[in-house]
Amino acid sequence: MEQEKTLTKIEVRELKKAYIERRTKKRFYSQCGAHEYCPVLDGISFSIPTGCFTCFIGPSGCGKSTMFRIISGFEEPTSGSVLIDGKEVEGPSSRHVCVFQEDGLFPWFTARENIGLGLKDARSPGAQEEIEEYLELVGLSGFGDHYPHELSGGMRRRAEVARALIMNPDILFMDEPFGALDFVTRLQMREEMVNVHQMFDMTILFITHDIDEALQLGDKIIMLTDRPSKVAWDLDLDFPHPRDLSVGPLRELRREIYHRMGLHVAL
Amino acid sequence: MKRFKPLLSFLALIVLWQAGVVLLKVPDFMFPRPYAVAQALYEMLVDGQLYKNGVASLFRVTWGFYLALVTAVPLGLFLGRQRSMRDFLNPLIQFLRPISPLAWIPVALMWFGIGDKPAIFLIFLSSFFPLVVFTTSSVLNIRSTYLRVARNFGFEGKELYLKVILPAVLPDIVTAIRITLGTAWLVIVAAEMIAVKSGLGYLIIDARNSLRMDRVVAGMVAIGVIGLVLDYLVRFLERMPSVTWSRRRR
Repeated sequence: MEQEKTLTKIEVRELKKAYIERRTKKRFYSQCGAHEYCPVLDGISFSIPTGCFTCFIGPSGCGKSTMFRIISGFEEPTSGSVLIDGKEVEGPSSRHVCVFQEDGLFPWFTARENIGLGLKDARSPGAQEEIEEYLELVGLSGFGDHYPHELSGGMRRRAEVARALIMNPDILFMDEPFGALDFVTRLQMREEMVNVHQMFDMTILFITHDIDEALQLGDKIIMLTDRPSKVAWDLDLDFPHPRDLSVGPLRELRREIYHRMGLHVAL
Repeated sequence: MKRFKPLLSFLALIVLWQAGVVLLKVPDFMFPRPYAVAQALYEMLVDGQLYKNGVASLFRVTWGFYLALVTAVPLGLFLGRQRSMRDFLNPLIQFLRPISPLAWIPVALMWFGIGDKPAIFLIFLSSFFPLVVFTTSSVLNIRSTYLRVARNFGFEGKELYLKVILPAVLPDIVTAIRITLGTAWLVIVAAEMIAVKSGLGYLIIDARNSLRMDRVVAGMVAIGVIGLVLDYLVRFLERMPSVTWSRRRR
């Protein structure tokens, strides 16, 4: 087990991404010319061990989502490479499931149909039973036949997490999944994510703008700089759950993160 | 009370109409009184003219519209997904679209002669281009998140269309059907005034030729009523659960 933990799951090497923007309105306002070269990622490297819950923090607009799209195979990097299990990423895979920042449930399907989306034969009794299990796991039993617009924001997120988990993915990508939720719901989801990570043996990559969320969830926190972004801090956290952020070393770490982000607030 | 409001507006129209005709002393050959129109409607209902011509019109609209639907929607779905084909065909579609179907009447007559065919062709034209444009733009407007989810789950080909693209654009297509069917109904009357010897459009032009203004207006009323019914029927489609989500989402 200990040995497995140290196996590298994801290796990101010197990742660079730049967009070339043409003929947009922007050209009238921007400093650059019509063909604006817009670097987003400027040589990002890190490695993530198998089973690690890694949180990414950084100023908004710094390219976290872009980096995610590259690692999960939706976009190509300008240069650099991403290795998963030692192999170059070639495209999206149902082994690496994403929970996107925006609502990703299909509004034309019920919660049950959404959760069964990735299953081979979702109508079979076996699959239906499995879907029911996952509905229960995320606390949505009884809501299977509801459409997404009939569910609250928190419930929709739960359904989306269930849809990802049922695939039993190797890697779970979550891009600010709880950003749009209210404070209390967010705290609940945070707690449930800890449980999920303990129940399922998967590597989780998690973007958040909430530093406390990162500190409470992460086995590892990777902090990015402003655009064009680099890794500002690669920090391993070895604290048992549940974590109390108001005392001891975690409190100090939080202060340090705030400080490194250029925030000088009293804590 | 609320249920009768629509009826009330019709009642108001009839009252105003009667008052206008009487007060302005409009002679019957200029514009008939409501009662004369009602009488004409009754006559034509009894002798079967209304039924026969209404059915003839509906027959052409149905054919033309269905032909447009089964060709335009697949083409729109395809164009929405294929950038290169879109760049290639879109200018052509945008060029043909503003040409009124009525301008095609001489062409239609040359190609298809007299009968149902030219009228069906005109209906097809009037519905085809708007449906293609609506469908294409609807596909382009599918949230990128949904398409990413689809890619993430490895949906391709048939599965991609059946689980994501088609359900995503269905509400827009139903709206497009509602609008386009209205246009088709608009065009059929004009087409029938020229190309054929049946249909409500023909009924109107025939009544005009015999100076029966009461029958002209009765024909107009019949067109309006059928248009209303068609719209009402399409609204049933809008109430399907696979369509309502788009209006109830947030």
